Amino acid sequence: MSLRADLQIIEQWIRPGSRVLDLGCGEGELLRYLRDHKSVQGYGLEIDPTKINRCLETGLSVIEQNLDHSLDNFADGSFDTVVMTQSLQALHYPDRVIEDMLRIGHEAIITFPNFAHWRCRFYLGTKGRMPVSEFMPYTWYNTPNIHFCTFQDFEDLCRSRSIEILDRLVVDQTHRTSRITALWPNLLGEVAIYRVTR
Amino acid sequence: MSQFPADSVGLVTPQHQSFVEPLRLACGRTLAGYDLVYETYGQLNANRSNAVLVCHALSGHHHAAGYHSEDERKPGWWDACIGPGKAIDTNRFFVVSLNNLGGCHGSTGPCSTNPETGKSYGASFPILTVEDWVNSQARLADMLGIEVWAAVVGGSLGGMQALQWTISYPQRVRHCVAIATAPKLSAQNIAFNEVARQAIITDPDFHNGDYAAFGVIPKRGLMLARMVGHITYLSDDSMGEKFGRELRTDRLNYDFTSVEFQVESYLRYQGQEFSGRFDANTYLLMTKALDYFDPAEAHGGDLARTLEHVEARFLVISFTTDWRFSPARSRELVNGLLAARKAVSYVEIDAAQGHDAFLLPIPRYVEALSRYMNQIEVDR
Repeated sequence: MSLRADLQIIEQWIRPGSRVLDLGCGEGELLRYLRDHKSVQGYGLEIDPTKINRCLETGLSVIEQNLDHSLDNFADGSFDTVVMTQSLQALHYPDRVIEDMLRIGHEAIITFPNFAHWRCRFYLGTKGRMPVSEFMPYTWYNTPNIHFCTFQDFEDLCRSRSIEILDRLVVDQTHRTSRITALWPNLLGEVAIYRVTR
Repeated sequence: MSQFPADSVGLVTPQHQSFVEPLRLACGRTLAGYDLVYETYGQLNANRSNAVLVCHALSGHHHAAGYHSEDERKPGWWDACIGPGKAIDTNRFFVVSLNNLGGCHGSTGPCSTNPETGKSYGASFPILTVEDWVNSQARLADMLGIEVWAAVVGGSLGGMQALQWTISYPQRVRHCVAIATAPKLSAQNIAFNEVARQAIITDPDFHNGDYAAFGVIPKRGLMLARMVGHITYLSDDSMGEKFGRELRTDRLNYDFTSVEFQVESYLRYQGQEFSGRFDANTYLLMTKALDYFDPAEAHGGDLARTLEHVEARFLVISFTTDWRFSPARSRELVNGLLAARKAVSYVEIDAAQGHDAFLLPIPRYVEALSRYMNQIEVDR
């Protein structure tokens, strides 16, 4: 069984036996891995019925809950790590969710696509239109991704909210990291994986 | 040669079990002995690890699946979900469904004869609580040789029993499926129950509950109670869709006696049909069990503390248009379980049918239940 590349990176940041909340857990791939290999007590939040069913049939704890509503039902400090992969850009209030993640968990792991990647810049610069790619296949009016940001934007937010960045990995679409992307991440990195705390 | 559908448990025969050991009740009284009527579907495996208890709601009974005879028109009340290959798969599970104590379908209740007086209990039958029911169900489990339930499943008042099981007997339940239920009733819920009770109690034929001695039944009161209840089981949308303002007559009659709107006709039919088959004292008793249910009360209202010793994993299901036990009430339970750090999954099913949805074969609901039930480990 091979774990999705970004999840392989995240998995290394999670301690065995810890409590993990996965916001937008999808089919529960990460939680299943953490349960089976690291004895993690995990919960996932998801709204897609098909994905929820996949979690149910594999015995995961999955809660049907919309991240855009409220996370008030999770107590302060009740989790070791709160994870959110590839959902930040689809939230109505991404900053509030990040605040909640750090209220609920001691650490948060967040991944999102970089809108300042050179391909996006090139597309917008030459065509004058919102970038559409294999990776981001939506057009502006039907995209679920309503809050795109760049690595620098995200780090500005962290600074202004006194959020400490513990780790940052910048990778390409296939979640591989290279010396080049590390050199000039905001231009060459496609996906960022951040581990933050307060 | 069988006329029954392939995914039906087919012909079933209710079984009776007498219990001679006295049962101490929450009200302080003791029931010297009692009978429970129940049905089972599927086979209990050698390790007795595949037993599922199905708990019924307010007006339910032991006949949850299959048919009592070749001529029976309708199968048991939850046939949509119990059977070979169905959500609660009788090829895997041994399903037990009983009529609760105080019921009127064969278990000892107000209609039964009190051995001490030789007359029917009537109003003298003790008021039972959800806890009492669970205690009586535990004795049935003992008798069947079931030490641990693979799952206890129930909707509405049945969901409360499933929840109570995990609190009263934490080691005896591996999974709890609580559907369209709540950790306690709201004031509005109690208010509806009180209207139903007053309808029955103020019926001149009620005779303080001893109507049997007078050879009558408080039919009108029971009918009214059911009519009120039925409104709360449906959603505004589903009533609108089903009946709208449709008339049974071609014009308005300008009187109070004729049945003009379709919805009036429907409610009267439901009420009348119910009053012919259900016992008024049992109805009163069931509504009280609902009202009294509040397991967190003993822990100062702290649900998380109440659930501290729970070992079962939970699946909680609610329906969007259910206003009798709204999704918010299910989320209360989910949040209590989360705070107690218990394993819990929650699905909120988009359904137009209101509280009644939990009895209906709504595809997403049945699918979620099925996926959950199928991952429960049972020895072959």
